[in-house]
Amino acid sequence: MNDLMAGLQMVLQWDVILTILAASVYGLVVGALPGLSATMATALLVPVTFYMSPIAAISAIIAASAMAIFSGDIPGCLLRIPGTPASAAYTDEAFAMTMKGQPELALGICLWFSAIGGIIGTLSLIIMAPLLAEMAFQFSTFEYFWLALLGLMCATMVARSSPIKAIAAMFLGLLITCVGIENPAGAKRFTFGIADLLGGIEIIPVLVGVFAVSEVMRAYKARDIPVMAPRKFGSILKGQWALTKSHPKQQIRGNIVGIIIGVLPGAGADMAAWISYAMAKRFSKTPEKFGTGHPEGLIEAGSSNNASLASGWVPSLLFGIPGDTITAIAIGVLYMKGLNPGPTLFTEKASSMYALYIVFLIANIIMIPLGILMIRSARYVLYVPRSLIMPVIVLLCAVGSFATGNNLALVFTVASFGLIGYFMDKNGYPVAALVLGAVMGTMVEQNFVTSLIKSDGSLMPFFSRPVAAVLAFFTFAAVLWPLAVWFKKKPPAAVSG
Amino acid sequence: MKVSDRVTGLILVVLGALAYYGGSLLPPVPGQQVGPDVFPMVVGGALVVCGILIMLQIGRSFEEDEKIVTSETGEVANTAVVEPERGWIADFLQGGWKVLTPPAALFFYYFASEKLGFWITAFIMILVLAWTQGAKPKWALALAVVAPAFVHLVFYKLLRVPLPIGLMQFPWA
Repeated sequence: MNDLMAGLQMVLQWDVILTILAASVYGLVVGALPGLSATMATALLVPVTFYMSPIAAISAIIAASAMAIFSGDIPGCLLRIPGTPASAAYTDEAFAMTMKGQPELALGICLWFSAIGGIIGTLSLIIMAPLLAEMAFQFSTFEYFWLALLGLMCATMVARSSPIKAIAAMFLGLLITCVGIENPAGAKRFTFGIADLLGGIEIIPVLVGVFAVSEVMRAYKARDIPVMAPRKFGSILKGQWALTKSHPKQQIRGNIVGIIIGVLPGAGADMAAWISYAMAKRFSKTPEKFGTGHPEGLIEAGSSNNASLASGWVPSLLFGIPGDTITAIAIGVLYMKGLNPGPTLFTEKASSMYALYIVFLIANIIMIPLGILMIRSARYVLYVPRSLIMPVIVLLCAVGSFATGNNLALVFTVASFGLIGYFMDKNGYPVAALVLGAVMGTMVEQNFVTSLIKSDGSLMPFFSRPVAAVLAFFTFAAVLWPLAVWFKKKPPAAVSG
Repeated sequence: MKVSDRVTGLILVVLGALAYYGGSLLPPVPGQQVGPDVFPMVVGGALVVCGILIMLQIGRSFEEDEKIVTSETGEVANTAVVEPERGWIADFLQGGWKVLTPPAALFFYYFASEKLGFWITAFIMILVLAWTQGAKPKWALALAVVAPAFVHLVFYKLLRVPLPIGLMQFPWA
């Protein structure tokens, strides 16, 4: 109870409240702009969080990401262009409702069920995290090694691309972490005599490069935003309560799927939305109505993607294994702010954890009024020309990454990884897997090598400890799963790319 | 920038082999069986295997092509129709090079900002980027004046980031 009060006190500081508000507006605007994703919003926020108190920094990320995931629905509804990838699954459905003359209802569903989904997701975080922390105290380096490996494999399994390319991208990420002297013997590994590489390749410029710079590069190929018919919106929340009561099944299913996907490493809001939309259709009594402006799928997928956002923090806080790309960035901030992920976070820094829960709840509640404001001003925000936004983002990438270490080499890293990210994306290699590998590489290596030293080079303890054996089983299952699917599928023509 | 899987696979094989070789050269830790060489060798080996599998087109059937929405009514166009295959060089000359301006601008910042200072570097960056994005000249110019000033104010004054002074300084610094 004392921790709860202390947590509340940490949140009710003027700087934290202001940060939440400012980050919310920022998240809403960036999320609504097509081509700028929630992950990018978070990546660009990191340099600024360097200069904030720990709670304010985390609050900024939570608020901005939650708002951006909802806000991505707005251009999807109105223009059939998803603002973020997490909205892509149900963009057609939402747009069909708008065409039927119900844009208020569609936007209202997105907003209302996003907020509720976010709150349920937060509750799952509050309940699950301390329970799992109890268990995590029993873990040694063997279990951590398998857990990290399982996380990496999950990430490649859920990627919507060739699993082999995803695995390759993940190993590229691991290769990045090989650079520098932070290895078991402190040897100068792959530094090529360059002093700036001694400390390794910094993760934040890598994230900014692959998520922000390469997205700006992709914007060059994107089509212009079609003109939107001028429209006066009626009440946004009208009828939402009735829908809440008439669709309990879709909501619960959406929330649960979202929470599970969120906890799985590497799979985030976009995956949650796709799966939930598909599930809503399969279990619906009227599947033929899907795609014609039917609320069922919207409710389920809208609940799902925001629920996944909060539960994505569970593995991140407990093990330092990111639940999605947004928490991959957040983990960097946690370390920076002295809130190193691990089960001890829930005993020694319990008040900070309560503060984090409270921020999640606040963010999802203020999402409703701020979201309504955003919907009403969408006409103006959506038409800020892309040619004026993108240059500023590139400048922010340069200054922001420089600010994280006052070192120009970081700008070089951003530019390089912008190129690498763009090239990978164009050729079907998921950058999310690369990022996950880069975030977790050091952890995988440390636990692997420490375990081997402990066991005198024997691989037995990796399988003989009970929890380790279970984790090992799941890891191998994750590796073999794509193979099984591939054999079952037997592609008719796997020639010519 | 889309190349054949054979090329990307080959890149991975070469990269993996180099990582394996580079890892094997690292000095071992006396008295221990595992040192800094193990991890790069494992990763390198895995990359070689992945690269070969990708060159053999295994797993290609899982990939999905992007959809491009072309109008408000939401017709989804075939990628091949919207972007005719013109070949690498022709595409690059007919505006494809513009895609490279964001990283180029960042490399420019890396090489020039110390000498030119933040103001001039940022001005040039924004101007070029806005132009390649198709902004009207007067808007591009206005943005190139306003945006660096604003960014400088926030990062230099508020966050105390030591942005390079170079040839010219903002009046408030």
